[in-house]
Amino acid sequence: MCGIIGLHLRDPALHPMLGRLLDDMLCGVSERGPDSVGIAVYGDEERNPPGHAAVSVLRAPGDLATTVAGLLPGTPAVTTQAAGDTTVLTAPVAVDALIAAVAAAAPGALVVGSGTDLVVYKGAGHPQDLARTYGLRDVTGWQGLAHTRMATESAINPEGCHPYSVGADQCLVHNGSFSNHATIRRELARQGVVFDSENDSEVGARFVAACLAEGDDLEKALLRLGETFDGFYTLLVTTADGFAVVRDEIACKPAVIAEHPRWVAMASEFRALADLPGIDEARIFEPDPGKVYTWQR
Amino acid sequence: MAALSRSEADARESAVHTVHTVTIDLASATVRQLNAELHAPTATSYEVLHPQGAHSIGAGIHDEIDVHVRGHAGYFCAGMNQLAHVVVDGSAGNGVAENMMSGTVRVRGDASQSAGATGRGGLLVIEGSASMRCGISMKGIDIVVGGSVGPMSAFMAQAGRLVVCGDAGDGLGDSIYEARLYVRGSVGALGADCVEKEMREEHRAELAELLRAAGFDHDPGEFRRYGSARGLYHFTSEHSGTY
Repeated sequence: MCGIIGLHLRDPALHPMLGRLLDDMLCGVSERGPDSVGIAVYGDEERNPPGHAAVSVLRAPGDLATTVAGLLPGTPAVTTQAAGDTTVLTAPVAVDALIAAVAAAAPGALVVGSGTDLVVYKGAGHPQDLARTYGLRDVTGWQGLAHTRMATESAINPEGCHPYSVGADQCLVHNGSFSNHATIRRELARQGVVFDSENDSEVGARFVAACLAEGDDLEKALLRLGETFDGFYTLLVTTADGFAVVRDEIACKPAVIAEHPRWVAMASEFRALADLPGIDEARIFEPDPGKVYTWQR
Repeated sequence: MAALSRSEADARESAVHTVHTVTIDLASATVRQLNAELHAPTATSYEVLHPQGAHSIGAGIHDEIDVHVRGHAGYFCAGMNQLAHVVVDGSAGNGVAENMMSGTVRVRGDASQSAGATGRGGLLVIEGSASMRCGISMKGIDIVVGGSVGPMSAFMAQAGRLVVCGDAGDGLGDSIYEARLYVRGSVGALGADCVEKEMREEHRAELAELLRAAGFDHDPGEFRRYGSARGLYHFTSEHSGTY
């Protein structure tokens, strides 16, 4: 089944409330995915300060920050925040440099998110318990999403948890299942793409990242995904400045979008949107099959 | 037709304030508590507050009672309804009035996917628009939609009537059996074996009755009728060699 929520704030006055709004929304989709939950937030300056890169890591050894600092030029200050299965490292360096240092320092660790504005948390467990572990209610920022998972395609572990964040400041969450992901995985692998999990949704995320790297905008990347992938999907994809929703042509997997002058929200079910400020004045609709909906910051 | 017209619905609504109405607030009560009361009703009129999109509100009622839901309902609202008159003062999620047997369900806002799915009787009125697969596999229910319906509506519809005062999306009536579909606006691509049919006097008469019951005053002459070409009824033996 799986549940998705996403919130793109247009009104800066709401930025301090992002975590509280996301936490309330998460309650509305917890039953859809009690296995695990992942969260991505954009613009939380405490968790990812301006001028810094943040990298989210699974299986991080305890001394990772010290080792990583030693590998970076000028040994900058590297901070760590541990939240359940996820450890977030930040440093005033480029994203690629921090990822490379983490990979060199801890070959057994797995990078599950990175960016200059983004912080990702992933873990197995009940969504509401993990929301407390992640400190979700305290999050601030301009955009966020969460995914509650009911596993179908691969194991219940933090690696199989969404979002898949495989490019800087990019995230993809998926409700559904891709049926030809193994074929596409092989094609991408031949082009040199490396995968972290057996999960079908990761293939979607790698495909979108490859399209964006080729210069496609979010809409074109998702239209290309629709031409290439078979299966059922509702996808929410976010970037450093974008927020996009798409469903497959049969559209069995639910999605509700609410658009308000102060925010745009998307969820698997209306009840996740019911407590948003001004929901009664919002334009509420279900996305049409095969149509890509995008919003830019 | 066990229909509740709009004027009758309004009259019942005003009666809510004169007959003994039981109010159940879902901010404090659970849907299980609500439905346990509705399944063995101690009153004839109920008001449900703060639904907040909760699922299965009023599913499985089998008595002639009035239920007013003050807000948005989630999935399967008034599913399997028998005899009851349910009004949702908001929108409804997936499968509103699914498998309804009799009675009426009126949604004052929009409805999500699969509204009235597999319904066998009664009248479902959606004053707004309905999403995809409205009336999928309908088996005798009457559905009147004030706005438009999404793609793949009336898929495998077997019996009953679907009235759409707005437009219908692609794939209308795909693999339809004997339901009758009336659409006032545009229709996307028709589904397999669904064709436009002549609008005869008996059709205008039944459409007028459905519109009256639902509370819409459109001229039946503005609608077109669609139904089954009956080309998919039988397995064609000469095709067996292709498998």
